[in-house]
Amino acid sequence: MQEFMMIFRMAPAADFQPTPEQIQESIQQWQSWIGGIAAQGKFLSTNQLGFTGNTLHADGVITDGPYAEVKEIVGGYILVKAENLEAATELAQGCPILFMGGHVEIREIMQINL
Amino acid sequence: MESSTELIPHLFRTEFRKIVSVLSKLFGLAHIEVAEDIVSDTFMLAAETWGKKGLPDNPTAWLYTVAKNKTKDYLKRNQLFSEKISVEIKHTSTPFVELEIDLSTKNIADSQLQMMFAICSPVIPEEAQIGLALRILCGFGIDEISAAFLSNKETINKRLFRAKEALRVQKVSMAFPQASELENRLQAVLTTLYLLFNEGYYSASQHATLRKDLCIEALRLTVMLSENDTTNQPQVRALIALMCFHASRFEARQGTDGQILLYQEQDTALWDQALITTGEIYLNQSATGQKLSKYHLEAAIAYWHTRPQDSAEKWQNILQYYNLLLQIEYSPVAALNRTFALAKAVSTEKAIQEALKLKQDNHLYYALLGQLYSTVDHSAAIEYFERAIAKAKTENDRLVLLKRLEQLRVDSGA
Repeated sequence: MQEFMMIFRMAPAADFQPTPEQIQESIQQWQSWIGGIAAQGKFLSTNQLGFTGNTLHADGVITDGPYAEVKEIVGGYILVKAENLEAATELAQGCPILFMGGHVEIREIMQINL
Repeated sequence: MESSTELIPHLFRTEFRKIVSVLSKLFGLAHIEVAEDIVSDTFMLAAETWGKKGLPDNPTAWLYTVAKNKTKDYLKRNQLFSEKISVEIKHTSTPFVELEIDLSTKNIADSQLQMMFAICSPVIPEEAQIGLALRILCGFGIDEISAAFLSNKETINKRLFRAKEALRVQKVSMAFPQASELENRLQAVLTTLYLLFNEGYYSASQHATLRKDLCIEALRLTVMLSENDTTNQPQVRALIALMCFHASRFEARQGTDGQILLYQEQDTALWDQALITTGEIYLNQSATGQKLSKYHLEAAIAYWHTRPQDSAEKWQNILQYYNLLLQIEYSPVAALNRTFALAKAVSTEKAIQEALKLKQDNHLYYALLGQLYSTVDHSAAIEYFERAIAKAKTENDRLVLLKRLEQLRVDSGA
């Protein structure tokens, strides 16, 4: 088994204010998708990222927000185990980000032997 | 008046563990066998004396006094012990004759908890921990332990002997863990108590009374942890809640001819409402602190199962708790239960789709697939139940599955 990271990206909708019910429903959808991966024994860990942040540039300038120059932001990630990239991509099916106008990037984790 | 033949086995269950724990702490855990011998001798003398002269006014106090005297005699008589072994005792520079054998309620409770931590030490394999806990902390006889494990006396004796040897060789001491170690050590104790409970609840043994005893003992020991300020952690209370909810179905799950009844076949009037209420109190009290343990999640799932009516809310909650539980700790059974909840909360089609991805190879997996297909594709359902039967490990499981297969064949007119 190899390890993979799935990175969730989407363009933030500044004017979208979800209701508490919508938030609740969204949490259930994410948890059920992650639960489906965990039920196959392939879940390692996951994190959601907040909407505020800073970006440090090479010239020492710090700008507000992670999305100063990009349209899309990384909303979170999940680490999983899978046989190969195809199997990992198969696990990404049904990811709630796909129904929110976003997409999933699936990347192999490099094993660095020191 | 109660006769001594009825009272002694009962007192052995309740007092053996207390005196053995106190004496082991006094002698050092390396001499646990000396402690066991003294207490066994005490009970032998009780059987003899009470049989002839009748019961004393306070049988428990009688046992304590005799055990104390036997301990003092042992220490005085045993030269080797006084020279080589009782160094620990000598540290306190008390001559043995004046040695206080502290059988106060507080020392009894503390000694038993310290014994619990010692037994659940990682130097002993898990199965041996459960055996030793049953012997030392629950006063079970070797017969009963071998029946619980479906094993023989010789194997159990060997296992307990090796476990005690490990305690001695690894110099495990009877003490509360340091604050920095508490989390890990408590985790080990809870795992053993959880396994002890499951041994009783799910064991293949047909001995219903014995199985119930194992569960009651596991619950009692967990409650003891909640009665001490240091060990009364949120996850301890969550585990108590979990045990109460499961135990509430004891009477209902046993059919008239001894077979295990499935959840949906049970007479809910037989569910123990008092235990359910107690479980709810502990579950509420467990909702403190930052850590969501697997016991919290399992207790929350078990709580929803104490409500017999199906509802969207019930199954959505159960599904969400299983989703979280599997992220904390994967287990094949939890994965199957989660998929069943998915069928109830979302749809059978969705559940079948995810069940096929699990790719397990055991009777529970094929039984789940059989169950899911039974409303959409009878021949597939029959095929899966046949595979489940072929994989069944116990006669009881086989019979339950056969019954469902027969029903399916009748329904489909095959």
